[in-house]
Amino acid sequence: MSNLDAVLQILSWSLIISGSFFVVVGAIGMLRFPDFWARLHAASVTESGGVILLLAGMCIQAGFTLITVKLMIIGLFLFITGPTSTHAVANAALVSGLRPKSLSTHPNSNGLEDDKR
Amino acid sequence: MRLIVYALLLGALWLLWSGIYKPIIISFGAASIGLVLLITHRMNTVDEDKVPIELSPIKFLGYLIWLLVEIAKSNIAVTKTILSPTMPIRQNLFEVPYTQRTDLGQVIFANSITLTPGTVSVETETGHFLVHAVSYSAADMDALANMDARVSATELAGSS
Repeated sequence: MSNLDAVLQILSWSLIISGSFFVVVGAIGMLRFPDFWARLHAASVTESGGVILLLAGMCIQAGFTLITVKLMIIGLFLFITGPTSTHAVANAALVSGLRPKSLSTHPNSNGLEDDKR
Repeated sequence: MRLIVYALLLGALWLLWSGIYKPIIISFGAASIGLVLLITHRMNTVDEDKVPIELSPIKFLGYLIWLLVEIAKSNIAVTKTILSPTMPIRQNLFEVPYTQRTDLGQVIFANSITLTPGTVSVETETGHFLVHAVSYSAADMDALANMDARVSATELAGSS
């Protein structure tokens, strides 16, 4: 029993520590990236990887209790609201005319200059 | 019949979330469930707007597991970009066509694009999304087309 306990502790703490790592990486990216559009992606590292790993680690810490159910429901809501709010911010930036600093000239890239403001 | 099912569902949610089984808390729960049912019943008489969920639950579960793996992969890719000294950024705004039939399917596809780090869906236009990528490569188009096909596969066949 104590053996299983140790395994669960190691598993949950490695999840929590790697989740914290992704949160810190997201913060570093926020500072290092050059403009709004790139920073959006740094934030999404914190939002997806960090949150999922942290919540999974906390679920193992809580065991089969009501707290685990609540954590999973928090995760579910973040899964739906996170991308939606990111999309809202990005769309607002596009509508207000903000463009990435350096657009690569790929043949597939959209001719944003001609038909949009 | 519908009301009873709603009441039972809401009651189960209340008990799950509160976790305190004292009579006064439970009676608060019962009162708020009654209020919610009253309000939704009144709202339903105003508009009969319903959102049908045309998804196959088993296929959707499989898609979620696949999506988690994709999120893990792209997290690692973006982490490498952030931590590398040269920061190889190749930003691009490009169009990604979607093939989902239902609104819900399109929402799931667009949210999946945003949920995987490195790509954000910026704008929806008829027939395609506008997607922004931070380190764009030609393989991104194929990966997104693959995701598009997987989301479409979770939709139930039928007319809408």
